[in-house]
Amino acid sequence: MTKLYEYAKVLRSKNAGPFEVTLDILFEEKEKYDHVKQSGILTKERIARLYHIEVSDIHHFVFFDQALGIKITMARDISSGSAGDRDVYGAQQHAPLMNIDIDEE
Amino acid sequence: MKEIRIVSPSGMLGYGFPKESFDRAFDQKIDGIVVDAGSTDAGPHKLGAGVSIVSERAVKKDLEIMLAQGIPNKIPTIIGSAGGAGAKQHVEDTLAILKEIIHEQNYEAKIAVIWADFEKDYIIDALDDNRITPLSNNIPDLTKEAVQETASIVAQMGHEPILEALQGGADIIVCGRAYDPSPFAAIGIYHGMDEGLSYHLGKILECGALCAEPGTTKDSILGTIYSDSFTVESLNPERKCTKTSVAAHTFYEKEHPYLLNGPGFQLDLSNCSFTEKSLGVVEVKGSTYVETEKHLVKLEGARKTSYRAFVIAGIRDPLLLANLEKVEKEVKKQVKNYYVEVPETEYEINFYYYGKNAVLGDKEPEIFQGHEVGVLFEVLAKTQELANALCATLRSTYLHYGYEGRKSTAGNLAFPFAPSDVTFGPVYQFSVYHLLEVTDNPFRIEWLEVGSND
Repeated sequence: MTKLYEYAKVLRSKNAGPFEVTLDILFEEKEKYDHVKQSGILTKERIARLYHIEVSDIHHFVFFDQALGIKITMARDISSGSAGDRDVYGAQQHAPLMNIDIDEE
Repeated sequence: MKEIRIVSPSGMLGYGFPKESFDRAFDQKIDGIVVDAGSTDAGPHKLGAGVSIVSERAVKKDLEIMLAQGIPNKIPTIIGSAGGAGAKQHVEDTLAILKEIIHEQNYEAKIAVIWADFEKDYIIDALDDNRITPLSNNIPDLTKEAVQETASIVAQMGHEPILEALQGGADIIVCGRAYDPSPFAAIGIYHGMDEGLSYHLGKILECGALCAEPGTTKDSILGTIYSDSFTVESLNPERKCTKTSVAAHTFYEKEHPYLLNGPGFQLDLSNCSFTEKSLGVVEVKGSTYVETEKHLVKLEGARKTSYRAFVIAGIRDPLLLANLEKVEKEVKKQVKNYYVEVPETEYEINFYYYGKNAVLGDKEPEIFQGHEVGVLFEVLAKTQELANALCATLRSTYLHYGYEGRKSTAGNLAFPFAPSDVTFGPVYQFSVYHLLEVTDNPFRIEWLEVGSND
Protein backbone atom coordinates (compact mmCIF):
# COMPACT_ATOMS: atom_id res chain seq x y z
CA MET A 1 0.00 0.00 0.00
CA THR A 2 1.47 3.36 -1.06
CA LYS A 3 0.16 6.51 0.47
CA LEU A 4 -0.24 9.78 -1.41
CA TYR A 5 2.37 11.56 0.70
CA GLU A 6 4.96 8.93 -0.25
CA TYR A 7 4.05 9.20 -3.92
CA ALA A 8 3.87 12.99 -4.35
CA LYS A 9 6.81 15.36 -4.39
CA VAL A 10 4.89 18.28 -2.92
CA LEU A 11 1.69 18.01 -0.91
CA ARG A 12 0.71 21.33 0.63
CA SER A 13 -2.06 23.74 1.51
CA LYS A 14 -2.16 27.52 1.57
CA ASN A 15 -4.63 30.38 1.51
CA ALA A 16 -5.69 31.52 -1.94
CA GLY A 17 -6.90 34.83 -0.57
CA PRO A 18 -8.54 35.00 2.88
CA PHE A 19 -11.73 33.14 1.88
CA GLU A 20 -10.29 30.06 0.14
CA VAL A 21 -7.74 27.36 0.88
CA THR A 22 -5.95 25.63 -1.96
CA LEU A 23 -4.41 22.15 -1.91
CA ASP A 24 -1.51 21.42 -4.26
CA ILE A 25 -0.34 17.90 -5.12
CA LEU A 26 2.74 17.88 -7.37
CA PHE A 27 4.67 14.91 -8.76
CA GLU A 28 8.27 14.42 -9.82
CA GLU A 29 7.58 11.84 -12.54
CA LYS A 30 4.98 11.95 -15.27
CA GLU A 31 4.08 8.27 -14.68
CA LYS A 32 3.05 9.00 -11.10
CA TYR A 33 1.05 12.06 -12.08
CA ASP A 34 -0.66 10.11 -14.88
CA HIS A 35 -1.42 7.21 -12.53
CA VAL A 36 -3.20 9.47 -10.04
CA LYS A 37 -4.93 11.44 -12.79
CA GLN A 38 -6.19 8.34 -14.60
CA SER A 39 -6.99 6.10 -11.61
CA GLY A 40 -9.85 8.26 -10.38
CA ILE A 41 -8.58 8.05 -6.80
CA LEU A 42 -9.03 11.77 -6.41
CA THR A 43 -12.46 13.16 -7.14
CA LYS A 44 -14.43 16.16 -5.96
CA GLU A 45 -16.73 13.80 -4.04
CA ARG A 46 -13.84 12.14 -2.23
CA ILE A 47 -12.36 15.50 -1.21
CA ALA A 48 -15.76 16.71 -0.01
CA ARG A 49 -16.12 13.60 2.18
CA LEU A 50 -12.58 13.90 3.51
CA TYR A 51 -13.02 17.54 4.52
CA HIS A 52 -16.69 17.25 5.64
CA ILE A 53 -17.80 19.84 3.07
CA GLU A 54 -20.30 20.02 0.20
CA VAL A 55 -19.10 19.36 -3.36
CA SER A 56 -20.22 22.92 -4.14
CA ASP A 57 -17.67 24.23 -1.61
CA ILE A 58 -14.93 22.99 -3.93
CA HIS A 59 -14.40 25.96 -6.23
CA HIS A 60 -11.70 24.46 -8.45
CA PHE A 61 -10.45 20.93 -9.07
CA VAL A 62 -7.89 21.09 -11.88
CA PHE A 63 -5.20 18.84 -13.35
CA PHE A 64 -2.33 20.84 -14.93
CA ASP A 65 -0.22 18.56 -17.10
CA GLN A 66 2.72 20.93 -17.71
CA ALA A 67 3.41 21.19 -13.99
CA LEU A 68 2.51 17.54 -13.20
CA GLY A 69 0.17 18.87 -10.57
CA ILE A 70 -3.35 18.83 -9.19
CA LYS A 71 -4.97 21.85 -7.58
CA ILE A 72 -8.04 21.75 -5.37
CA THR A 73 -9.43 25.04 -4.09
CA MET A 74 -12.16 25.10 -1.47
CA ALA A 75 -14.16 27.64 0.50
CA ARG A 76 -12.99 28.40 3.99
CA ASP A 77 -15.62 28.01 6.77
CA ILE A 78 -14.11 31.03 8.51
CA SER A 79 -12.01 33.65 6.72
CA SER A 80 -8.30 33.88 7.51
CA GLY A 81 -7.53 35.47 10.86
CA SER A 82 -11.15 36.05 11.88
CA ALA A 83 -12.45 34.89 15.26
CA GLY A 84 -12.69 31.10 15.20
CA ASP A 85 -10.08 30.52 12.47
CA ARG A 86 -7.61 27.76 13.34
CA ASP A 87 -5.00 28.21 10.61
CA VAL A 88 -4.38 31.81 9.52
CA TYR A 89 -2.11 30.93 6.56
CA GLY A 90 -4.07 27.77 5.76
CA ALA A 91 -0.72 25.98 5.73
CA GLN A 92 -1.66 22.77 7.62
CA GLN A 93 -4.92 21.83 5.94
CA HIS A 94 -3.34 19.23 3.62
CA ALA A 95 -2.91 16.57 6.32
CA PRO A 96 -6.15 14.63 5.59
CA LEU A 97 -4.92 14.01 2.00
CA MET A 98 -1.65 12.41 3.04
CA ASN A 99 -2.93 8.92 3.86
CA ILE A 100 -4.97 8.37 0.70
CA ASP A 101 -4.02 4.92 -0.62
CA ILE A 102 -2.95 5.38 -4.24
CA ASP A 103 -3.03 1.64 -5.03
CA GLU A 104 -6.72 1.14 -4.31
CA GLU A 105 -8.96 0.03 -7.12
CA MET B 1 17.87 41.72 -29.33
CA LYS B 2 16.22 43.66 -26.51
CA GLU B 3 16.56 42.14 -23.04
CA ILE B 4 14.96 43.59 -19.94
CA ARG B 5 16.32 42.38 -16.61
CA ILE B 6 14.52 42.62 -13.27
CA VAL B 7 15.96 41.58 -9.94
CA SER B 8 13.78 40.56 -7.01
CA PRO B 9 15.84 40.62 -3.79
CA SER B 10 13.37 38.57 -1.73
CA GLY B 11 9.76 37.45 -1.49
CA MET B 12 8.92 40.04 1.13
CA LEU B 13 10.54 43.33 2.06
CA GLY B 14 11.92 42.86 5.57
CA TYR B 15 12.42 39.09 5.27
CA GLY B 16 16.14 39.60 4.53
CA PHE B 17 18.32 38.13 1.73
CA PRO B 18 22.03 37.43 1.19
CA LYS B 19 23.69 40.64 -0.05
CA GLU B 20 26.07 38.58 -2.24
CA SER B 21 23.14 37.02 -4.13
CA PHE B 22 21.54 40.40 -4.78
CA ASP B 23 24.80 42.15 -5.75
CA ARG B 24 25.65 39.36 -8.21
CA ALA B 25 22.80 40.59 -10.46
CA PHE B 26 24.63 43.84 -11.18
CA ASP B 27 27.45 42.25 -13.16
CA GLN B 28 25.14 43.03 -16.07
CA LYS B 29 22.71 45.81 -16.95
CA ILE B 30 19.62 45.72 -14.71
CA ASP B 31 16.43 47.60 -15.60
CA GLY B 32 14.51 47.39 -12.35
CA ILE B 33 14.77 46.39 -8.69
CA VAL B 34 11.36 45.32 -7.45
CA VAL B 35 10.22 43.92 -4.12
CA ASP B 36 6.80 42.93 -2.85
CA ALA B 37 6.01 44.04 0.70
CA GLY B 38 2.41 42.92 1.06
CA SER B 39 0.18 39.93 1.56
CA THR B 40 -3.18 39.06 3.04
CA ASP B 41 -1.76 35.72 4.26
CA ALA B 42 -1.21 36.89 7.83
CA GLY B 43 -4.88 37.82 8.18
CA PRO B 44 -6.82 41.08 8.47
CA HIS B 45 -4.97 42.49 11.49
CA LYS B 46 -2.28 44.41 9.56
CA LEU B 47 -4.81 46.27 7.47
CA GLY B 48 -7.23 46.81 10.36
CA ALA B 49 -4.69 48.03 12.88
CA GLY B 50 -2.34 49.80 10.42
CA VAL B 51 0.66 47.73 11.49
CA SER B 52 3.27 45.52 9.84
CA ILE B 53 4.48 41.98 10.57
CA VAL B 54 8.11 42.72 9.71
CA SER B 55 10.23 45.06 11.82
CA GLU B 56 11.29 48.57 10.76
CA ARG B 57 14.85 47.50 11.46
CA ALA B 58 14.64 44.64 8.94
CA VAL B 59 12.92 46.80 6.29
CA LYS B 60 15.70 49.37 6.64
CA LYS B 61 18.43 46.71 6.32
CA ASP B 62 16.87 45.37 3.11
CA LEU B 63 16.28 48.81 1.59
CA GLU B 64 19.84 49.94 2.32
CA ILE B 65 21.20 47.08 0.21
CA MET B 66 18.69 47.73 -2.58
CA LEU B 67 19.24 51.49 -2.75
CA ALA B 68 23.04 51.08 -2.70
CA GLN B 69 22.62 49.56 -6.18
CA GLY B 70 19.52 51.44 -7.33
CA ILE B 71 20.43 55.06 -6.62
CA PRO B 72 24.04 55.28 -7.94
CA ASN B 73 23.23 53.08 -10.98
CA LYS B 74 20.00 55.00 -11.73
CA ILE B 75 17.89 51.82 -11.70
CA PRO B 76 14.27 52.37 -10.68
CA THR B 77 13.45 50.70 -7.37
CA ILE B 78 9.83 49.72 -6.73
CA ILE B 79 8.15 48.62 -3.51
CA GLY B 80 4.77 46.89 -3.98
CA SER B 81 2.06 46.94 -1.27
CA ALA B 82 4.21 48.99 1.11
CA GLY B 83 4.15 48.19 4.81
CA GLY B 84 2.35 44.86 4.49
CA ALA B 85 -1.16 45.97 3.55
CA GLY B 86 -0.57 49.10 1.45
CA ALA B 87 -2.90 51.50 3.28
CA LYS B 88 -2.01 55.13 4.08
CA GLN B 89 -0.35 54.35 7.42
CA HIS B 90 1.74 51.58 5.87
CA VAL B 91 2.90 53.79 2.99
CA GLU B 92 3.82 56.61 5.39
CA ASP B 93 5.82 54.24 7.61
CA THR B 94 7.75 52.97 4.57
CA LEU B 95 8.40 56.54 3.35
CA ALA B 96 9.82 57.48 6.76
CA ILE B 97 12.34 54.62 6.53
CA LEU B 98 13.27 55.56 2.95
CA LYS B 99 13.83 59.21 3.90
CA GLU B 100 16.04 58.17 6.79
CA ILE B 101 18.27 56.11 4.47
CA ILE B 102 18.36 58.84 1.80
CA HIS B 103 19.50 61.43 4.35
CA GLU B 104 22.03 59.12 6.00
CA GLN B 105 23.59 58.17 2.65
CA ASN B 106 23.37 61.66 1.11
CA TYR B 107 21.35 60.33 -1.82
CA GLU B 108 19.00 62.41 -3.92
CA ALA B 109 15.87 60.72 -5.16
CA LYS B 110 12.66 61.50 -6.95
CA ILE B 111 10.00 59.40 -5.23
CA ALA B 112 6.59 58.59 -6.69
CA VAL B 113 4.04 57.55 -4.07
CA ILE B 114 0.98 55.75 -5.44
CA TRP B 115 -1.87 55.78 -2.95
CA ALA B 116 -4.35 52.88 -2.93
CA ASP B 117 -6.80 54.10 -0.27
CA PHE B 118 -10.47 54.61 -1.00
CA GLU B 119 -12.89 56.96 0.75
CA LYS B 120 -16.01 55.34 2.24
CA ASP B 121 -18.24 57.70 0.23
CA TYR B 122 -16.60 56.53 -3.01
CA ILE B 123 -17.28 52.89 -2.09
CA ILE B 124 -20.89 53.63 -1.08
CA ASP B 125 -21.49 55.45 -4.39
CA ALA B 126 -20.03 52.44 -6.20
CA LEU B 127 -22.36 50.15 -4.21
CA ASP B 128 -25.34 52.27 -5.28
CA ASP B 129 -24.16 51.95 -8.90
CA ASN B 130 -23.94 48.12 -8.55
CA ARG B 131 -20.24 48.20 -9.33
CA ILE B 132 -19.21 45.98 -6.37
CA THR B 133 -19.48 42.17 -6.29
CA PRO B 134 -18.10 39.50 -3.88
CA LEU B 135 -14.95 37.72 -5.01
CA SER B 136 -16.29 34.21 -4.41
CA ASN B 137 -19.66 32.72 -3.53
CA ASN B 138 -18.82 32.27 0.17
CA ILE B 139 -18.36 36.03 0.66
CA PRO B 140 -21.47 38.01 1.58
CA ASP B 141 -22.61 40.99 -0.50
CA LEU B 142 -21.06 44.23 0.66
CA THR B 143 -23.37 46.43 2.73
CA LYS B 144 -23.17 50.13 3.60
CA GLU B 145 -23.04 49.13 7.25
CA ALA B 146 -19.94 46.98 6.65
CA VAL B 147 -18.30 49.85 4.75
CA GLN B 148 -18.99 52.27 7.63
CA GLU B 149 -17.48 49.84 10.15
CA THR B 150 -14.32 49.28 8.11
CA ALA B 151 -11.28 51.29 9.19
CA SER B 152 -9.46 51.51 5.87
CA ILE B 153 -10.28 50.22 2.40
CA VAL B 154 -7.62 49.70 -0.25
CA ALA B 155 -7.66 48.30 -3.78
CA GLN B 156 -5.00 46.31 -5.61
CA MET B 157 -3.52 48.48 -8.36
CA GLY B 158 -2.46 47.12 -11.73
CA HIS B 159 0.61 48.21 -13.67
CA GLU B 160 -0.98 51.37 -15.12
CA PRO B 161 -0.20 53.92 -12.35
CA ILE B 162 3.27 52.36 -11.84
CA LEU B 163 3.94 52.76 -15.57
CA GLU B 164 2.97 56.43 -15.26
CA ALA B 165 5.43 56.83 -12.36
CA LEU B 166 8.20 55.23 -14.43
CA GLN B 167 7.41 57.54 -17.37
CA GLY B 168 7.64 60.47 -14.95
CA GLY B 169 11.23 59.54 -14.14
CA ALA B 170 10.84 58.16 -10.62
CA ASP B 171 13.97 56.80 -8.93
CA ILE B 172 11.88 55.10 -6.24
CA ILE B 173 8.22 54.10 -6.49
CA VAL B 174 6.31 53.33 -3.30
CA CYS B 175 3.06 51.59 -4.15
CA GLY B 176 0.14 51.28 -1.79
CA ARG B 177 -1.73 47.99 -2.16
CA ALA B 178 -0.84 46.41 -5.52
CA TYR B 179 -1.63 43.15 -7.26
CA ASP B 180 1.58 41.34 -6.31
CA PRO B 181 2.95 40.87 -9.88
CA SER B 182 2.04 44.39 -11.11
CA PRO B 183 5.15 46.33 -9.90
CA PHE B 184 7.31 43.73 -11.69
CA ALA B 185 5.16 43.72 -14.82
CA ALA B 186 5.34 47.53 -15.01
CA ILE B 187 9.09 47.39 -15.72
CA GLY B 188 8.67 45.06 -18.72
CA ILE B 189 5.65 46.92 -20.07
CA TYR B 190 7.48 50.28 -19.65
CA HIS B 191 10.18 48.92 -21.96
CA GLY B 192 7.60 47.79 -24.51
CA MET B 193 7.70 44.08 -23.70
CA ASP B 194 4.71 41.71 -23.93
CA GLU B 195 2.15 42.09 -21.09
CA GLY B 196 1.58 38.35 -20.70
CA LEU B 197 5.29 37.58 -20.32
CA SER B 198 5.80 40.61 -18.06
CA TYR B 199 2.98 39.55 -15.74
CA HIS B 200 3.86 35.86 -15.65
CA LEU B 201 7.45 36.76 -14.80
CA GLY B 202 6.10 39.11 -12.10
CA LYS B 203 4.03 36.29 -10.63
CA ILE B 204 7.21 34.21 -10.31
CA LEU B 205 9.55 36.98 -9.09
CA GLU B 206 7.23 38.32 -6.39
CA CYS B 207 8.05 35.31 -4.18
CA GLY B 208 11.84 35.76 -4.41
CA ALA B 209 13.71 32.49 -4.88
CA LEU B 210 10.73 30.30 -4.00
CA CYS B 211 10.63 29.01 -7.60
CA ALA B 212 14.19 27.62 -7.29
CA GLU B 213 15.39 24.45 -5.58
CA PRO B 214 15.76 24.52 -2.66
CA GLY B 215 13.10 27.22 -2.66
CA THR B 216 12.99 30.17 -0.27
CA THR B 217 11.44 33.62 -0.08
CA LYS B 218 14.63 34.87 1.59
CA ASP B 219 16.94 34.97 -1.43
CA SER B 220 17.28 36.84 -4.73
CA ILE B 221 16.21 35.87 -8.22
CA LEU B 222 16.75 37.34 -11.70
CA GLY B 223 14.22 37.55 -14.50
CA THR B 224 14.96 38.50 -18.12
CA ILE B 225 12.27 39.32 -20.67
CA TYR B 226 12.93 38.78 -24.38
CA SER B 227 10.62 39.47 -27.33
CA ASP B 228 8.81 36.10 -27.16
CA SER B 229 9.96 34.51 -23.89
CA PHE B 230 11.36 35.16 -20.46
CA THR B 231 13.93 33.38 -18.32
CA VAL B 232 14.40 33.02 -14.58
CA GLU B 233 17.58 32.07 -12.76
CA SER B 234 18.76 31.96 -9.17
CA LEU B 235 21.34 34.54 -8.10
CA ASN B 236 22.65 32.18 -5.45
CA PRO B 237 24.74 29.30 -6.89
CA GLU B 238 23.39 27.03 -4.14
CA ARG B 239 19.91 27.16 -5.70
CA LYS B 240 18.85 26.14 -9.19
CA CYS B 241 15.72 26.78 -11.19
CA THR B 242 14.46 23.69 -12.98
CA LYS B 243 11.62 23.41 -15.46
CA THR B 244 9.44 21.63 -12.88
CA SER B 245 10.33 24.01 -10.04
CA VAL B 246 9.29 26.99 -12.17
CA ALA B 247 6.20 25.31 -13.65
CA ALA B 248 5.12 24.15 -10.20
CA HIS B 249 5.48 27.65 -8.80
CA THR B 250 2.66 28.74 -11.08
CA PHE B 251 0.45 26.83 -8.61
CA TYR B 252 1.53 28.73 -5.54
CA GLU B 253 -1.19 30.38 -3.38
CA LYS B 254 -3.54 30.90 -6.31
CA GLU B 255 -7.01 29.45 -6.66
CA HIS B 256 -6.41 28.12 -10.19
CA PRO B 257 -3.20 26.66 -11.67
CA TYR B 258 -3.22 28.41 -15.05
CA LEU B 259 -5.92 31.10 -15.06
CA LEU B 260 -4.89 34.08 -12.98
CA ASN B 261 -7.24 37.01 -12.49
CA GLY B 262 -5.57 40.41 -12.22
CA PRO B 263 -6.81 43.99 -12.29
CA GLY B 264 -8.42 44.43 -15.72
CA PHE B 265 -7.17 41.18 -17.20
CA GLN B 266 -6.88 37.43 -16.99
CA LEU B 267 -3.54 35.70 -17.47
CA ASP B 268 -3.88 32.41 -19.35
CA LEU B 269 -0.94 30.08 -18.77
CA SER B 270 -2.57 26.93 -20.18
CA ASN B 271 -0.32 26.88 -23.25
CA CYS B 272 2.93 27.76 -21.51
CA SER B 273 6.08 25.81 -22.19
CA PHE B 274 8.88 25.51 -19.64
CA THR B 275 12.35 24.48 -20.87
CA GLU B 276 15.86 24.48 -19.45
CA LYS B 277 17.81 26.82 -21.72
CA SER B 278 21.05 26.17 -19.87
CA LEU B 279 21.86 24.80 -16.42
CA GLY B 280 19.64 26.65 -13.93
CA VAL B 281 18.16 28.99 -16.53
CA VAL B 282 14.50 28.21 -17.27
CA GLU B 283 12.81 29.67 -20.32
CA VAL B 284 9.06 30.25 -20.39
CA LYS B 285 6.95 30.93 -23.47
CA GLY B 286 3.28 31.24 -24.26
CA SER B 287 1.91 33.31 -21.34
CA THR B 288 -1.15 35.15 -22.60
CA TYR B 289 -2.61 38.42 -21.32
CA VAL B 290 -6.32 38.73 -22.02
CA GLU B 291 -7.91 42.08 -21.28
CA THR B 292 -11.29 41.66 -19.57
CA GLU B 293 -14.43 43.41 -20.78
CA LYS B 294 -14.88 45.17 -17.45
CA HIS B 295 -11.90 46.60 -15.55
CA LEU B 296 -12.22 45.05 -12.08
CA VAL B 297 -9.93 45.82 -9.14
CA LYS B 298 -9.90 43.89 -5.87
CA LEU B 299 -10.94 45.81 -2.74
CA GLU B 300 -9.73 44.86 0.72
CA GLY B 301 -10.90 46.16 4.07
CA ALA B 302 -10.84 45.01 7.67
CA ARG B 303 -13.10 45.81 10.60
CA LYS B 304 -12.72 45.27 14.32
CA THR B 305 -15.09 42.56 15.56
CA SER B 306 -14.09 41.92 19.20
CA TYR B 307 -11.30 41.90 21.78
CA ARG B 308 -9.42 38.78 22.79
CA ALA B 309 -7.80 37.41 25.95
CA PHE B 310 -6.30 33.93 26.14
CA VAL B 311 -4.52 31.35 28.28
CA ILE B 312 -2.21 28.52 27.25
CA ALA B 313 -1.89 25.56 29.61
CA GLY B 314 -0.93 21.91 29.53
CA ILE B 315 -3.04 18.95 30.60
CA ARG B 316 -1.26 15.69 31.49
CA ASP B 317 -3.77 13.92 33.75
CA PRO B 318 -5.26 10.97 31.81
CA LEU B 319 -8.52 11.11 33.77
CA LEU B 320 -9.06 14.69 32.60
CA LEU B 321 -7.84 13.94 29.04
CA ALA B 322 -10.60 11.34 28.79
CA ASN B 323 -13.22 13.95 29.67
CA LEU B 324 -12.12 17.13 27.89
CA GLU B 325 -15.35 17.91 26.05
CA LYS B 326 -17.53 17.20 29.09
CA VAL B 327 -15.43 19.38 31.39
CA GLU B 328 -15.36 22.16 28.75
CA LYS B 329 -19.14 22.22 28.66
CA GLU B 330 -19.50 22.31 32.43
CA VAL B 331 -16.86 25.01 32.93
CA LYS B 332 -18.40 27.21 30.22
CA LYS B 333 -21.76 26.85 31.97
CA GLN B 334 -20.32 27.90 35.33
CA VAL B 335 -18.70 30.99 33.83
CA LYS B 336 -21.96 31.89 32.10
CA ASN B 337 -23.90 31.52 35.35
CA TYR B 338 -21.37 33.64 37.25
CA TYR B 339 -21.70 36.49 34.72
CA VAL B 340 -25.46 36.19 34.51
CA GLU B 341 -25.77 39.98 34.06
CA VAL B 342 -23.67 39.94 30.85
CA PRO B 343 -25.73 39.19 27.72
CA GLU B 344 -24.44 36.06 25.95
CA THR B 345 -24.26 38.00 22.67
CA GLU B 346 -21.40 40.08 24.11
CA TYR B 347 -18.85 37.29 24.38
CA GLU B 348 -17.70 33.91 23.07
CA ILE B 349 -15.52 31.26 24.72
CA ASN B 350 -13.52 28.80 22.60
CA PHE B 351 -11.34 25.87 23.55
CA TYR B 352 -8.56 24.57 21.27
CA TYR B 353 -6.89 21.27 22.20
CA TYR B 354 -3.37 21.17 20.70
CA GLY B 355 -2.33 17.54 20.35
CA LYS B 356 -5.90 16.46 19.69
CA ASN B 357 -7.76 18.45 17.03
CA ALA B 358 -6.81 22.13 17.36
CA VAL B 359 -5.61 22.49 13.76
CA LEU B 360 -8.37 20.71 11.85
CA GLY B 361 -11.26 20.95 14.33
CA ASP B 362 -14.25 18.89 13.17
CA LYS B 363 -12.29 17.86 10.05
CA GLU B 364 -9.70 15.89 12.06
CA PRO B 365 -9.84 12.26 10.87
CA GLU B 366 -7.47 10.78 13.50
CA ILE B 367 -8.71 9.34 16.80
CA PHE B 368 -6.95 10.98 19.76
CA GLN B 369 -4.58 8.71 21.68
CA GLY B 370 -1.99 11.04 23.20
CA HIS B 371 -0.89 11.41 26.79
CA GLU B 372 -0.70 15.21 26.88
CA VAL B 373 -2.66 18.10 25.39
CA GLY B 374 -1.99 21.82 25.13
CA VAL B 375 -5.18 23.73 25.72
CA LEU B 376 -5.78 27.26 24.51
CA PHE B 377 -8.67 29.07 26.20
CA GLU B 378 -9.86 31.97 24.09
CA VAL B 379 -12.31 34.63 25.18
CA LEU B 380 -13.69 37.09 22.62
CA ALA B 381 -15.75 39.97 23.98
CA LYS B 382 -17.16 43.37 23.16
CA THR B 383 -14.51 45.16 25.24
CA GLN B 384 -11.01 44.22 26.38
CA GLU B 385 -12.05 44.66 30.02
CA LEU B 386 -14.85 42.13 29.61
CA ALA B 387 -12.58 39.69 27.74
CA ASN B 388 -9.97 39.89 30.53
CA ALA B 389 -12.56 39.46 33.29
CA LEU B 390 -14.16 36.43 31.63
CA CYS B 391 -10.77 34.94 30.88
CA ALA B 392 -9.66 35.18 34.53
CA THR B 393 -12.86 33.51 35.70
CA LEU B 394 -12.62 30.84 33.00
CA ARG B 395 -9.02 30.05 33.95
CA SER B 396 -9.65 29.82 37.71
CA THR B 397 -12.85 27.82 37.20
CA TYR B 398 -11.10 25.28 34.98
CA LEU B 399 -8.06 25.07 37.25
CA HIS B 400 -10.14 24.05 40.24
CA TYR B 401 -13.08 22.34 38.56
CA GLY B 402 -14.05 19.13 40.35
CA TYR B 403 -15.07 16.91 37.47
CA GLU B 404 -16.51 13.49 38.10
CA GLY B 405 -13.83 10.91 39.00
CA ARG B 406 -11.11 13.50 39.64
CA LYS B 407 -8.11 12.43 41.78
CA SER B 408 -5.90 15.50 41.29
CA THR B 409 -7.77 17.78 43.67
CA ALA B 410 -5.00 20.42 43.74
CA GLY B 411 -5.38 21.69 40.16
CA ASN B 412 -6.17 20.70 36.55
CA LEU B 413 -3.74 22.83 34.54
CA ALA B 414 0.03 23.24 34.11
CA PHE B 415 0.68 26.89 33.21
CA PRO B 416 3.98 27.55 31.44
CA PHE B 417 4.03 31.21 32.47
CA ALA B 418 3.10 33.57 35.26
CA PRO B 419 0.91 35.46 34.75
CA SER B 420 -1.10 32.94 32.79
CA ASP B 421 -3.59 35.28 31.11
CA VAL B 422 -2.62 37.23 27.98
CA THR B 423 -4.37 40.39 26.83
CA PHE B 424 -4.38 40.16 23.04
CA GLY B 425 -6.13 43.35 21.91
CA PRO B 426 -8.59 43.82 19.04
CA VAL B 427 -9.56 41.06 16.61
CA TYR B 428 -10.28 41.96 12.97
CA GLN B 429 -12.11 40.38 10.06
CA PHE B 430 -11.88 40.93 6.30
CA SER B 431 -15.14 42.85 5.94
CA VAL B 432 -14.39 43.88 2.37
CA TYR B 433 -13.00 41.42 -0.18
CA HIS B 434 -14.88 42.40 -3.29
CA LEU B 435 -14.38 43.41 -6.89
CA LEU B 436 -14.91 47.01 -7.92
CA GLU B 437 -15.58 47.97 -11.51
CA VAL B 438 -13.69 51.10 -12.52
CA THR B 439 -13.64 53.17 -15.70
CA ASP B 440 -10.93 55.70 -14.78
CA ASN B 441 -7.65 55.07 -12.97
CA PRO B 442 -8.52 55.59 -9.27
CA PHE B 443 -4.90 55.51 -8.03
CA ARG B 444 -3.35 58.93 -7.33
CA ILE B 445 0.38 59.63 -7.71
CA GLU B 446 2.20 62.06 -5.43
CA TRP B 447 5.75 63.21 -6.28
CA LEU B 448 8.45 63.90 -3.67
CA GLU B 449 12.01 65.14 -4.12
CA VAL B 450 14.06 63.82 -1.22
CA GLY B 451 17.74 64.32 -0.48
CA SER B 452 20.63 66.77 -0.36
CA ASN B 453 18.70 70.06 -0.46
CA ASP B 454 15.22 69.15 0.83
